[in-house]
Amino acid sequence: MSVSPDALVEIAEEVQDQQPEDSGSGREIGNRRLRKEDQRLITGRTKWTDNIVLPGMVHLAMVRSPFAHARITGIDTSAAAEAPNVIGVYTAADFPEGLGVCANAWPITPDQVTPDHLPMVGERVACAGEIVAVVAARSAAEARDAAELVDVDYDELPAVLDGMEALKDEVLAHPDKGTNKSAFWKLDSAEAGTGGNVDEAVAAAREDGIVIEREYRQQRLVPAFMEPRSTVVDPTGEQVTMWTSTQVPHILRFLIAATTGMPESKVRVIAPDVGGGFGGKLQTTPEEFITLAVARRLGKPAKYTETRSESLLSAHHGRDQYQKLTLSATKDGTVTGLKVDLVANLGAYVAIVGGGVPVLGAWMFNAIYKFPAYQFNCQTVLTNTTWVDAYRGAGRPEATYAIERIMDELAAEVGVDPLEIRERNWIKHEEFPFTSVAGMVYDSGNYEAATARAKELFGYDELRAEQKARRESGDPVQLGIGVSTFTEMCGLAPSRVLGQLSYGAGGWESASIRMLPTGKVEVITGTSPHGQGHETAWSQIVADRLGVPFEDVEVLHGDTQVAYKGLDTYGSRSLVVGGEAVVRAADKVIEKAKAFAAHLLEANADDLEFSGGRYAVKGTDKGIGITEVALATFASHNYPEDLEPGIDADATYDPVNFSFPHGTHLCAMEVDTETGASRMRRYVCVDDIGHIINPLIVEGQIHGGLVQGIAQALWEEAVFDDNGTLVTGSFVDYTLPTAADTISFVTENTTSPSTTNTLGTKGVGEAGTIASTPAVVNAIVDALRDRGINDIQMPCTPHRVWSAIQGAGGAMATPAEGQPHFHEDAPTNADPGTTGEGSAQ
Amino acid sequence: MTRISVTVDGVKYSDDVEPRTLLVHYLRENLGKVGTVIGCDTSNCGACTVHLDGRSVKACNVLAVQADGHEVTTIEGLAEGGQLHPMQQAFHEHHALQCGYCTPGMIMQAIDILKDNASPSEEQIRAGLEGNLCRCTGYHNIVKAVSAAAEAGAGSKAGE
Repeated sequence: MSVSPDALVEIAEEVQDQQPEDSGSGREIGNRRLRKEDQRLITGRTKWTDNIVLPGMVHLAMVRSPFAHARITGIDTSAAAEAPNVIGVYTAADFPEGLGVCANAWPITPDQVTPDHLPMVGERVACAGEIVAVVAARSAAEARDAAELVDVDYDELPAVLDGMEALKDEVLAHPDKGTNKSAFWKLDSAEAGTGGNVDEAVAAAREDGIVIEREYRQQRLVPAFMEPRSTVVDPTGEQVTMWTSTQVPHILRFLIAATTGMPESKVRVIAPDVGGGFGGKLQTTPEEFITLAVARRLGKPAKYTETRSESLLSAHHGRDQYQKLTLSATKDGTVTGLKVDLVANLGAYVAIVGGGVPVLGAWMFNAIYKFPAYQFNCQTVLTNTTWVDAYRGAGRPEATYAIERIMDELAAEVGVDPLEIRERNWIKHEEFPFTSVAGMVYDSGNYEAATARAKELFGYDELRAEQKARRESGDPVQLGIGVSTFTEMCGLAPSRVLGQLSYGAGGWESASIRMLPTGKVEVITGTSPHGQGHETAWSQIVADRLGVPFEDVEVLHGDTQVAYKGLDTYGSRSLVVGGEAVVRAADKVIEKAKAFAAHLLEANADDLEFSGGRYAVKGTDKGIGITEVALATFASHNYPEDLEPGIDADATYDPVNFSFPHGTHLCAMEVDTETGASRMRRYVCVDDIGHIINPLIVEGQIHGGLVQGIAQALWEEAVFDDNGTLVTGSFVDYTLPTAADTISFVTENTTSPSTTNTLGTKGVGEAGTIASTPAVVNAIVDALRDRGINDIQMPCTPHRVWSAIQGAGGAMATPAEGQPHFHEDAPTNADPGTTGEGSAQ
Repeated sequence: MTRISVTVDGVKYSDDVEPRTLLVHYLRENLGKVGTVIGCDTSNCGACTVHLDGRSVKACNVLAVQADGHEVTTIEGLAEGGQLHPMQQAFHEHHALQCGYCTPGMIMQAIDILKDNASPSEEQIRAGLEGNLCRCTGYHNIVKAVSAAAEAGAGSKAGE
């Protein structure tokens, strides 16, 4: 098709008409823009992977091990192969060349024990749900029917399920490895030169101060995104195309190439509409590799969509840590040292970043506080359970929970308000930038401001008064107030830092901006949203930067053919890193177009000012819009010889530091002391996430995060029975909260902008989840503390709360129910008292 | 195979289906009505909620043969003449969706709530949505959207 000069003139006039009248900068950022992506989603015009139907497509069903640990002694696929409309039945033996590897991208130590994680196993299964065969049939129903006919003989092996049990090395998850211990990782402030010696601090406090020792349990959770995972592979083009419900299309493409031997250039990965992730879709999964292998084997498109039961068992789990904290303080409650011991259950394999997730806690247990001495010890262990990896917050919620719980214990010991003990220890706003005892440089923050605002919104003093009144009147329903003043590290991550941590990739992000001849703008981002609203937020950023209408910006993502470079979405990194890349691409576009504008205006580039989408010659009324420049460069009838036509630009941004959102969350819980049932009365949070691009989206992120964190405190737990069968294997038993379980929240923000990115943003995706869990449990414990209760193990079900109340004899003696100890002779969670000797019974 | 005739989003379809076929599979696989989605296998999540003769049902809980001779409305049949249903509009305006996977079921159920009670309290809205799971929004904005739709008179529209 050719375009006549007349047509170009018409387009040019149209483009000029489209110039925004009020295009001053800063008009989009900060607006409560309704989301662009909603229109399709509210009308059902969606592109979920499971919607895809291709000619000749086969449907897959997986045959999974019902046993946690077993040797496979035989697989008979003959009956399945004979079933109606079955195209093929495959076992690992049918792929002698392998199917790829579910790689661990972050070996936390050089000697980490990392069992090979193959998509399909032929000799030994190491957890329930592992795939031993796959059936391809003409329909999903026929594939599932036939999968039932695959006859697998297993010899059961002893299984180890619990992290503490695994530590003993009595039953081995992988006998060939000789140990369940995967890696030990340590950070010591004295050794690192970032602080003092924690053992000395504790010893001194035992002499004259306070030592508090506590063990906490981070129960195992399931991310439980609403869209079950689905993968479609079309092997019929020059590039093999995989549509898959993933957060990480770019990383997946790389790892497919790296582990199957397929040239990376022959693989295209598309993340179409993706229905939630929360970390649960950042894995490269066995199902993706198997679907790819079967499609290539048959030369036909293949689809696999998991059932919810498969998802709960086989998509990675989260959390599952034992934590022991030893906190030393002076008698007035000034913390002098913190020692952390972790045992993290990785499940059967070290997942993509599974070993690294607990290690992220190393920089977070010290939280917002000025602790002079600190030590973090993390032991990861292998068990015969579903592999564990990032779940919303990934390492930071675990750390935040423990430190915010024990700060309450310190407050109780000193006999002051929990907020007062925090203020005594936190970094003052005038002390930023502040190098933490873990070696992180916190660039900005204002804990005083967020806390003051939260208290005001919460009605802190009034609720404390009500609590007192209920106590005094012996009300069977007691009121507890929970505090959580958290920080987190977001914006993963400076590539050099990741390199020092042996992480397998960088932490940069990429963006491209294409100015189209008609004045529209395409923004290509390497981030891969699945509910976060990048299309809307990135449009706001670009609209402001380039001075074009919000509606004229289209954000493209999640397809390696379009967004060819990227590191995807996780760790609250998209805006902080990816948004900054968008800003930089926009600035390059402005700079590139400037040279053309100068030429077209017959002016010197140095004399041009760019504002509101327009280049103006300083001191004159001469000027030209950037969209007009875009059209002129499309025609390129007239341009300087030293320039190339077009004003598109790419930018890749590698952050120089993490960002450190923080906030103060306050929760009031009513606890019925007769039944153990607790009910949320009020929840207020004031989060400081730096500058906000779209408050509407931010509020949504906070709300959703809060409920996931509250769910850990109150309801959710993935439970295996003694045989390693997942008892909570459906939504009947894995109890996601419903609308009827939750309340409306009060959310607000204070702002201390991040100093390390142009936009001053910090990230918000995980804040709610990180902060809310300890706020809720602190509230429940606070309601019952006068009964001598100082801990309740999560989830704080009515039964657990009731049992704690029944068991409390008035003394400070409530060990978390059923919780194994770090050492068999360790004291219960009894308060050790000011001497540190404790009064353990 | 059993012959069924079902009106879906105003169009009458006749198909032979296996007796075991669930309505949700019939909608997705036979009719391409993929706006209605599947989120679980135990009828807990409500993502597949549609209207059967004007009342909400979980389409995974109804056999296709049970829909024979009946009228089904899905999320794709709500907007009329290019105009969003007030409930769809309310979900958009109140940011009541993030990933959007639970949204079709949520909207269909929310409309049903207003059929019984045109001006429900927050507690009644929450109780009415109990059978629909959302993992993204924490329900806060969904409740707000349903409440706003009710105030804007969506209940009368829902009754049509």
